[in-house]
Amino acid sequence: MMTEALARQHRIALTGNDAVAYAVKQANVDVISAYPITPQTFVVETLSRYVNDGELNAKFINVESEHSALSAVIGASLAGARAFTATASQGLAYMWEALYAASGLRLPIVMALAARALSAPINIHNDHSDFFGMRDAGWIMFNGEEAQETYDLTIMAFKIAEDPRVLLPVVVSYDGFIVSHAITNFYALNDDVVKEFLGVRTTGPRIDPDNPRTFGVLALQDSYFEFKRQQYEAMENSRQVIKEVFQKYEEISGRSYAPLKEYMTGDAETCLVAMGSTVGTARHAVKTLREAGEKAGVVGILQYRPWPVKEAEQLFSRFKRIIVMEKVMSPGARAGPVYEDIAATIYPKHSEVKIIDFTYGLGGRDISTQGIIEIYKKGKELIDKGKTDRVYFHGVRGE
Amino acid sequence: MSTTVTWREIDLGGSVAGGTSEKYKTGNWRVEKPVIDYEKCVRCLICWLYCPEPAIIRNGNEVKIDYDYCKGCGICAEECPRKAITMVPEEI
Repeated sequence: MMTEALARQHRIALTGNDAVAYAVKQANVDVISAYPITPQTFVVETLSRYVNDGELNAKFINVESEHSALSAVIGASLAGARAFTATASQGLAYMWEALYAASGLRLPIVMALAARALSAPINIHNDHSDFFGMRDAGWIMFNGEEAQETYDLTIMAFKIAEDPRVLLPVVVSYDGFIVSHAITNFYALNDDVVKEFLGVRTTGPRIDPDNPRTFGVLALQDSYFEFKRQQYEAMENSRQVIKEVFQKYEEISGRSYAPLKEYMTGDAETCLVAMGSTVGTARHAVKTLREAGEKAGVVGILQYRPWPVKEAEQLFSRFKRIIVMEKVMSPGARAGPVYEDIAATIYPKHSEVKIIDFTYGLGGRDISTQGIIEIYKKGKELIDKGKTDRVYFHGVRGE
Repeated sequence: MSTTVTWREIDLGGSVAGGTSEKYKTGNWRVEKPVIDYEKCVRCLICWLYCPEPAIIRNGNEVKIDYDYCKGCGICAEECPRKAITMVPEEI
């Protein structure tokens, strides 16, 4: 890293949850409302401690549920505050109707999501069921692989959300327990650097007694569609804004971000696709496969919504085989959500590229380097035999 | 809401300047309309108190129904102690 960039930051060891809380403190939010839920609880605990100890001048609103937490944050954001919430799993499910209110009202809220499986049966461990459940809620969606990415994305999330060309809520997800509870070293920007990078919130809808307006209007057949079309455009606009924010963040931090993370993809014929903490394990698997002479690569998904259409087409059309690994189940669908996004991006234009979908790791079932190598080998074999017309399951007994 | 406004210029996030419900005439939601029999009406204003809209206009002790906004819920007819309000089917 460049000395200049190093001078702007410090090395710190925190859990993923505390890395998020640290970023939120530095972002100098005005209002936090969240309800504790495993594995996100420490985000709320640490932030409430910051507020209690006077380290963060924010209003911490205690509520009785996640539905109220997001609703309180919506109200705060409408009042002009920089507002933050955090949740996981059932908590996110309970926020569902308010998710659409936040994006429909065009509020630059930031949410942290310690991704966890959904009931039933009840399970507190990581998969991506909650994350993908909010796919169409109109939020910008990022996924951090480890503490560094999660910290960086949380800071950038405020910048992206509050850009007047965007004004949409942003969720930053990271794997429950695997990232949320693991203490790792990472670089945090100095307080003044974050302060200068983010400034104070000046944009977006705002309740103003001198200029009374109606928020959350009833818009029926004659206008609802126009409001939603405008919201769609904001998501489209965010593509450029995200690029600019990544660029600006690289200038101050020295860390480069892109919607899709590539590893050994240059001459790869068979590419693994993953999201979250698995990406790191997949890199290790690919390294091992390369040593055995396989032309393997891996693509990690950092930015899920807006789906990076151009980047994805350019990248995925280069491979012979794509093996998608998903920690989510989409019962009754052709395949999981990531498979469908990739397929919709490259087909029918690049029909020579073959894709296969694997569900793995549900409810926190561990995935190892060896497991990914098995998926790679099986996926490659199945594609070459033309057996790609179903979803395969890795690591489930009886498959 | 003007029907000529496109998504490009429509207000952000469904927020609009105040007072729009005045422009939004809800009278055509009605299936039955309340009609006051002023012979029976004693101007007690119970209907005016109960109307949830409010679509019953009070002028001194006089009451009249504002058919631009009355949705025809019938609460006024139900509550009138003199049975002076009748719900009459709207003509199609």
